[in-house]
Amino acid sequence: MKVKISYKGSTLIAGIIGELDHHSAEYIRGKIDSELIKATTKNVILDFSKVSFMDSSGIGVIMGRYKNVSKLNGKLSVINVNDQMMRIFEMSGLLKVIPTYDNIDVAMNKM
Amino acid sequence: MQPINQMKLEFSSKSNNEGFARVVAAAFVSQIDPTVEEMADVKTAVSEAVTNAIIHGYENSNGLVRMKCILFSDAVEIFVEDDGEGISDVDLARQPMYTSKPEMERSGMGFTVMESFMDKVEVISEVGKGTKVFMYKKFNSLSKE
Ligand SMILES: Nc1ncnc2c1ncn2[C@@H]1O[C@H](COP(=O)(O)OP(=O)(O)OP(=O)(O)O)[C@@H](O)[C@H]1O
Ligand SMILES: [Mg+2]
Repeated sequence: MKVKISYKGSTLIAGIIGELDHHSAEYIRGKIDSELIKATTKNVILDFSKVSFMDSSGIGVIMGRYKNVSKLNGKLSVINVNDQMMRIFEMSGLLKVIPTYDNIDVAMNKM
Repeated sequence: MQPINQMKLEFSSKSNNEGFARVVAAAFVSQIDPTVEEMADVKTAVSEAVTNAIIHGYENSNGLVRMKCILFSDAVEIFVEDDGEGISDVDLARQPMYTSKPEMERSGMGFTVMESFMDKVEVISEVGKGTKVFMYKKFNSLSKE
């Protein structure tokens, strides 16, 4: 499990690499939240292209980050979500609050 | 229908065993050659049940989680059991978005995920004794009409 942090302007791009479950959730939370407290960060894009597995623990992680980003008046979106994960996104109601896009360019344009 | 194979696994209630258990279940099921999507469904459902046993059943104390898989030519039955806290109201626990641990960033979607990825989910639980989750999935890609 790894989180690859990069920036496009003041937008934080967090690329999650590996399996997103309860075991790895704590680490991913810590990684992203420690970037969030940097004053420069405003909007956040979570890149799921390298997530090989996700269960409901992932929903908790995304919703938690969404709350933290919103508190700082930023926006959060998720990109590159595969079909299996999209089913979990849909059933959890996450899609009602968090937009998903096909790639970084679309996400950057929309945010 | 007769089972063609079965296995039992017992492991400590440690979070790194979540990945271990779902990979074992997927590997066991793979011998009948279901589709990649069907395997992913099984993997996700097992991950939910095992994670629940670890974080809710044992609340991060030490205990043993048991998993049993019974394989048929076109289906699988999976049992995940703990001897932990138990659930006082199973119907409430199974509701989408219900969680007893919102402060831990849980979404309350575990049972809903199990129900939608598997064909049958049954929960038997007794407070102070433990919880038994039974799941069944038929692999439509393998069933002969
Ligand atoms: N094995 C178990 N032992 C004790 N309580 C359990 C067990 N499994 C589930 N529960 C109870 O049922 C509730 C709902 O479980 P469910 O998996 O749907 O959601 P969650 O685990 O709280 O959140 P999520 O799975 O989305 O991270 C839990 O919050 C917990 O109170
Ligand atoms: Mg759960």
